[in-house]
Amino acid sequence: MEFLIDAFKNAFFLIVSLDKELLEIITLSLKVSLTALFFASLFGIPFGAFLGLKNFLGKTVILILLNTGMGLPPVVVGLFLYMLFSRSGPLGFLQLLYTPTAMIIAQFILAFPIVTALTQSAIVKVDPIIKLTARTLGATPFQVALTVIKEARYGIVAGVIAGLGRVMAEVGAILIVGGNIAGYTRVITTTIALETDKGNFELALALGIILLIISFIINISFYIIQKRGIPPNIAWL
Amino acid sequence: MALELLVSNIWKIYDNKPVLKDLSFVFNKKKVYAIMGPNGSGKTTLLKICALLEKPDRGEILYLDSQKRPLKKDINLFRKITYVFPQVGIFNASVFDNVAYGLNIRGFKKKEIISKVEDVLDFVGLSHKKRQNALTLSSGEAKRMGIARAIVIDPEIIFLDEPTAFVDAENVKIIEKILLQLKDKGQSTIIIATHDASFAEKVGDVILRLEEGRFLL
Repeated sequence: MEFLIDAFKNAFFLIVSLDKELLEIITLSLKVSLTALFFASLFGIPFGAFLGLKNFLGKTVILILLNTGMGLPPVVVGLFLYMLFSRSGPLGFLQLLYTPTAMIIAQFILAFPIVTALTQSAIVKVDPIIKLTARTLGATPFQVALTVIKEARYGIVAGVIAGLGRVMAEVGAILIVGGNIAGYTRVITTTIALETDKGNFELALALGIILLIISFIINISFYIIQKRGIPPNIAWL
Repeated sequence: MALELLVSNIWKIYDNKPVLKDLSFVFNKKKVYAIMGPNGSGKTTLLKICALLEKPDRGEILYLDSQKRPLKKDINLFRKITYVFPQVGIFNASVFDNVAYGLNIRGFKKKEIISKVEDVLDFVGLSHKKRQNALTLSSGEAKRMGIARAIVIDPEIIFLDEPTAFVDAENVKIIEKILLQLKDKGQSTIIIATHDASFAEKVGDVILRLEEGRFLL
């Protein structure tokens, strides 16, 4: 019990003293995850909107693949990218293995299906009368599409936040492709795994607390955005 | 420019049952038409076909300009006509932003949008609700907002589908007053589908009875 209390005390001290190593790890974690999320949103939101607005042959297959991608095991993504980026792999010449770029690519692969599928789902849920109303008020097809996307905005942002939650908590893929190199590719989750192995619970615990706080902030944002999406009082329904 | 709407030998068939049978009519400029008929008589179908939201199985819809030339069915024509649905489609935004929508997409300047929207909200008696989320409006208020959103863009033809459905007596009176004022202004042709006989008689210049897929003349 004393050991646990000591670990918490030291962890708390590391956090309040803004330990340099701790800050470096947190900064790199946020940099990698937010960059991955930025690209996942940049490609995922338009693609999800396209899937939500258009019907075409093969759409169902794409949706099934995306839904499968939402539950993709991170270690499998890590393994796949390791094989691609390793020296003998087809993309080995890029020398990306054990770099933050490889970690961003791994997290992009994990976040993209979530952002895309949740965007598609948010778009599909928009009442068809919105599309018709926009059209009857003189909107061009492109303006109609923008209007529907705007109506789905809260659902889309919720999808982006869900993507952030997925990549921030992820460890398997980035451990394999990043290699957990101190000061270069070491992030919150990989450090927790390593330091726990070494018995250095203070740093692991401090990072665990930080991760929980980030997760808490993500969930609060998710809740607020979802709540804002629901009108306060639809009196006549 | 004033538009004339020519309905020429329209047929619409649902489940092998004709809803509209060889229906022809000319909607002249700047009049208020009230199309009456029992439920299922094809009022909404006719309105949607006229507004180019549905295609007829046979026959043709033509919009003619002042020189009687048929207009292309493109965005320029779509921007001259508008349709208010029985359950008004409401954007999850303020009443002001809902009404400003048609002006925004036409690229009007902000100052002009504010002035036009405020005028029209005043006209339908919703000025005091302009900052409120439109989804919180009552059914009657939503209808009035739908009419405001339609008239703010100065359309040549306004289609109103059951404007008094789901509306309390007080709001029916307000909607009647709005339509009578619009009629006096004489800026748009208004085509209304309704089953409310007293409303049709009060606001309509021409009352058309639709039965068994044709107008009873």
